[in-house]
Amino acid sequence: MATFDMRLQDIHTQLRAGELSAVELVEASLRRIAQTDERIGAFLTLDEERARQSAAALDARLRQPGGEQGLLLGLPVGIKDNISTEGLATTCASRFLQGFTPIYDATVVHKLAAAQAVTIGKLNMDEFAMGGSNENSAYRATRNPWDVTRVPGGSSGGSAAAVAAGQVYFALGSDTGGSIRQPASYCGVVGLKPTYGLVSRYGLVAFASSLDQIGPITKNVEDAAYVLQAIAGYDERDSTSANVDIPDYVSALSGEVKGMRIGVPKEYLGAGIDPAVKEAVMEALRVYESMGAEWEEISLPHTEYAIAAYYVLASSEASSNLARFDGVRYGVRADNPDNLIDLYRKSRSQGFGPEVKRRIMLGTYALSSGYYDAYYLKAQKVRTLIKRDFDEALSRYDVIIGPTAPTPAFRIGEQIGDPLTMYLNDICTIPVSLAGVPAISVPCGLADGLPVGLQIIGKAFDERTVLRAAHAYEQHTEYHNLRPQL
Amino acid sequence: MSITIKDVEHVANLARLELSEEEKEQFTGQLNAILNYAEKLGELDTSGVEPTTHVLPITNVMREDEPRPSTGVDKAMRNAPDEDEGQFRVPAVLE
Repeated sequence: MATFDMRLQDIHTQLRAGELSAVELVEASLRRIAQTDERIGAFLTLDEERARQSAAALDARLRQPGGEQGLLLGLPVGIKDNISTEGLATTCASRFLQGFTPIYDATVVHKLAAAQAVTIGKLNMDEFAMGGSNENSAYRATRNPWDVTRVPGGSSGGSAAAVAAGQVYFALGSDTGGSIRQPASYCGVVGLKPTYGLVSRYGLVAFASSLDQIGPITKNVEDAAYVLQAIAGYDERDSTSANVDIPDYVSALSGEVKGMRIGVPKEYLGAGIDPAVKEAVMEALRVYESMGAEWEEISLPHTEYAIAAYYVLASSEASSNLARFDGVRYGVRADNPDNLIDLYRKSRSQGFGPEVKRRIMLGTYALSSGYYDAYYLKAQKVRTLIKRDFDEALSRYDVIIGPTAPTPAFRIGEQIGDPLTMYLNDICTIPVSLAGVPAISVPCGLADGLPVGLQIIGKAFDERTVLRAAHAYEQHTEYHNLRPQL
Repeated sequence: MSITIKDVEHVANLARLELSEEEKEQFTGQLNAILNYAEKLGELDTSGVEPTTHVLPITNVMREDEPRPSTGVDKAMRNAPDEDEGQFRVPAVLE
């Protein structure tokens, strides 16, 4: 059995027994990347030498009395390229940051190191996390391991593809409007967006600060619980970090959902949903029924306004956050500017790709004098209504379940010319992001050979229930064990 | 409401972007499509609804005002595209 198909606990048992080494795990990862990444394009940067060194250091310490106890001991991890890694290029898949090398680690990178995971490299994404297909990477398009003519989803497309292709044991992504869950769905892996504020954003290059959240992409729910355990927690360096007690996520995986109350929003299964996706979700609900859970159709009445509100809010926040890219302190600087303003203008115009420019333009317009009330303020009020939908539903149900995305992965090039159609792929994930609550995507079947994702949404800071529901489903199905032929 | 090329030029200037003629044309069409879609928000009566700026009830996060080590000049300058004696060099701002 390939080491990456082994259970985390079995890997740890074998590491401690000396039957397996961290170096072997790293070499397996690098070998798999060498075999597959020309076709997949998941990695932007590899950190081979440091990965080998850290693994060798772990192995040396494993042979000492007492051994090593890290929660993610020896596991090769890939990190989305918008998460700062000291001394390792971090580009956000943008020309603007070509060659940029952070001078500090993100808090999550510290935490992964403390848990003794081994960083293999940085993963491709849509530029500055703007997009749902990875076609907006300035460097290369990542391909879906299940069908290389299709997109892996986005913006954490490299993270989902790398896990699906068995290149790393797990990956970190970031989710603003669905950027962990949607690629997880398209690539047939598990993706968890934690509650806003549960995981520190310190060192995550900001896109939309009121929505951005880091989370794990893994092969199964158990691994997601372990990774969340390692990365969650208050951070004084992130002023939006939530100061809450971190429960034990792994112990929540009881396999038991008897009596669990599930709400199924009719808006997530209406027009625009692929019939095969709908059927996979209905089949999953029958699995829950067989386990003793109860489900009912519910309504989240403001769903149809979520995409409009999201694109106004996220683009407005992005236009403000991306003002820092001015060509003065880091990143590209245009040659021969006429003056300082011209330096900003030329550097930004040369450094940013079309989708980033489009969102900066939209956000700048929405925040500009005369339009602020009509767009930005209005969208913030609609966000309140959307959040109330979730508060109300989650007061009556333990979880909300529906599809992660309305369709399986689409073809590369199919939607790139039509930004609005591309935005509509996020109809099931965006409302959840606006409400700030946690959600996971787990594989729930194939449609024409392509993975379909089931989305399980919970109350704020109730990741335990979300993980429990997802894990119980996994115990009764085999979809998470399906692997693409590469 | 519909956006003209002139509006696009104005917003590009505010955003410190320099657009080609082709980009201006393209953005005019695409921003119109997106903003027309956003007009949907106007269908909802939001009078009396408080705006959500942030989902968590966190305000004014404070810490003790104690001196701490900060990023040194060498480190801070490491990614500078144009540096001179520990400072970022830019075109002359004053005549």
